[in-house]
Amino acid sequence: MPLLDVRNLKTYFYTEDGVVRAVDGVTFSIDPERTLGVVGESGCGKSVTARAIMRLIQSPGKIEAGEIFLNHDGETIDLTKLAPMGKKMRSIRGNKIAMIFQEPMTSLNPVYTIGNQITETIILHQGLRKKEARKRAIEMLTAVGISSPEQRVDEYPHQLSGGMRQRAMIAMALSCHPSLLIADEPTTALDVTIQAQVLDLMNDLRKKFRTSILFITHDLGVIAKMADHVVVMYLGKIVESAPVRGIFKDPKHPYTHGLMNSIPSLKMSRKKRLVPIKGIVPDLLEAPQGCGFEPRCPSAMEKCKAHIPPLKEVTPNHLAACWLYA
Amino acid sequence: MFHNNILLEVKNLKKYFPVRKGILRRVVAHVKAVDGIDMYIKEGETLGLVGESGCGKTTTGWTILRMANPTAGDIIFRSKKLAGPGEEYKEVDVGSASRKQLKSLRRDMQIIFQDPYSSLNPRMTVGAIVGEPLLVHGTAQGSELEDRVRYFLDAVGLKPDHMKRFPHEFSGGQRQRIMIARALSPEPQLIVADEPVSALDVSIQAQVLNLLEDLQKEFGLTYLFIAHDLSVVRYISNRVAVMYLGKIVELAETDELFANPRHPYTEALMSAVPVPDPDSNAERIHLEGDVPSPVNPPPGCNFHPRCGYAQAICKTDNPVYRDVGNNHFVTCHFADSLNLRPLWTG
Repeated sequence: MPLLDVRNLKTYFYTEDGVVRAVDGVTFSIDPERTLGVVGESGCGKSVTARAIMRLIQSPGKIEAGEIFLNHDGETIDLTKLAPMGKKMRSIRGNKIAMIFQEPMTSLNPVYTIGNQITETIILHQGLRKKEARKRAIEMLTAVGISSPEQRVDEYPHQLSGGMRQRAMIAMALSCHPSLLIADEPTTALDVTIQAQVLDLMNDLRKKFRTSILFITHDLGVIAKMADHVVVMYLGKIVESAPVRGIFKDPKHPYTHGLMNSIPSLKMSRKKRLVPIKGIVPDLLEAPQGCGFEPRCPSAMEKCKAHIPPLKEVTPNHLAACWLYA
Repeated sequence: MFHNNILLEVKNLKKYFPVRKGILRRVVAHVKAVDGIDMYIKEGETLGLVGESGCGKTTTGWTILRMANPTAGDIIFRSKKLAGPGEEYKEVDVGSASRKQLKSLRRDMQIIFQDPYSSLNPRMTVGAIVGEPLLVHGTAQGSELEDRVRYFLDAVGLKPDHMKRFPHEFSGGQRQRIMIARALSPEPQLIVADEPVSALDVSIQAQVLNLLEDLQKEFGLTYLFIAHDLSVVRYISNRVAVMYLGKIVELAETDELFANPRHPYTEALMSAVPVPDPDSNAERIHLEGDVPSPVNPPPGCNFHPRCGYAQAICKTDNPVYRDVGNNHFVTCHFADSLNLRPLWTG
């Protein structure tokens, strides 16, 4: 049974200019102790998906339709049915599902010590006493590889470097041993050598704490390293979904192809020219009638203009939403 | 070692920023942002400058353009616009150039910034932004100015009617095109591109990289391309300089650098880049800890606290930046004896 099962999730924003269909019918699931990678460019809906799972969508946004099933301790809960600020959801958020964000500087509270912020979660969710919670916080800081944790626990976020802050964020997120960790571009703000440290750490901790990870990024290199299964998003929809090898070795959707061709790789010889995807991502308010990628697609057909292609299995376990395969 | 086609030569360039404390604002220390670098850029080439945040790559770019005054060292630029009659170029030391010389030099040296959102004046139309350098330098006016602006907008793939629009009406990639058009309009010889694609989405990044390449050929431009992304630098550069804590640790032809790294930091940096290939099991070299503070860099080789190959001498003696053959420059005591791994062969 999957740990998280998202079905036909729709999250719309009702703005003055019209309805923004940020997430428009997304279906995926995450198995226990697995990492699902979500790739896409800015505005594709990957972060909104994460926030919808956390039930952190605020007005004018709204979960319009769909189900988010969390299977935990033999219990199946549909998160969309819970009140976002209700007791049940609050006992899940930060406890069973935790999240780490891109910018550790803006996501940590600058006026509280690291220790304060970690123990807050532990005291709230696990009901430990202050002293025990502090002990747990120090344990967590040790687990994420922060040196002299007894000292660091009393420091403020500004006293830590970027990589350390992200480690502290991870320590906070994992402090209640969540079964799902949502990581939204967790290493984008970090330097490559620090990124390498944090990615390895996340992989180690996933095994140690038996956590599943929903890993959101725009970086295909990071996805290749972290994910077991990958979904590619474009304009609020999943355009391709496959095990990580399938995505990289045999991409089906023209958008995935385009992404692969437009990144310079260290492997690539200088003589080869990049093949960019033409045009730009359309405004969500003026999303195309048919397939969202049609205006930029090199293989677009007449049919693509008017009809949205369904996400269908092309080869076993490899899905693509494209009329080339339907 | 004399190259006739050198456009810019930097010798022992230093840029220190004072750290002030107390009521009297006494200088208590210096941030050694750029701490003695030597390099040259040949005409028509792209020199990539790569390193992690805080390594001094941006300060290097700014100092070369004299947007910051150098603390020490020479920045020799061969300006065509300042050349006298019968001269092909005039050698000017940018660091000590007079105001008048500088104004003229600014036409020769331009910059493209990282963030196209905050680098364009939101109250100016695109036409005014791209035309301003021409007005300032008195190169064109009136309808001629408009023609020039149209020409440069066309060169970067924008439409003439975009002239009347404001920056907020454009996407990130288009804004970066406006920035490039603005940098092109005074017809410079050198463009310092400071992380020009790192704020852009991957599919747009490729468009801008290809555009920069095309413009280089069309206008005979020379680029100093500053970036933290090794793959991008590898793609666009003829030669690459790797910076760490204010110093160039290695500089070589691009293919040479990637096939035959001679500095342990280059090796580690290359191995840290995640490869878009799930089957890649290339072993990573782990750098422990963070980059030390440039206020108080470690003694000896400033990379030694994180270096897996460090020996006693590295803690005490500063390695010399030297040519190890083939114009491959390295700052490491053991550049000749270490057997470092290229990440990929082939």
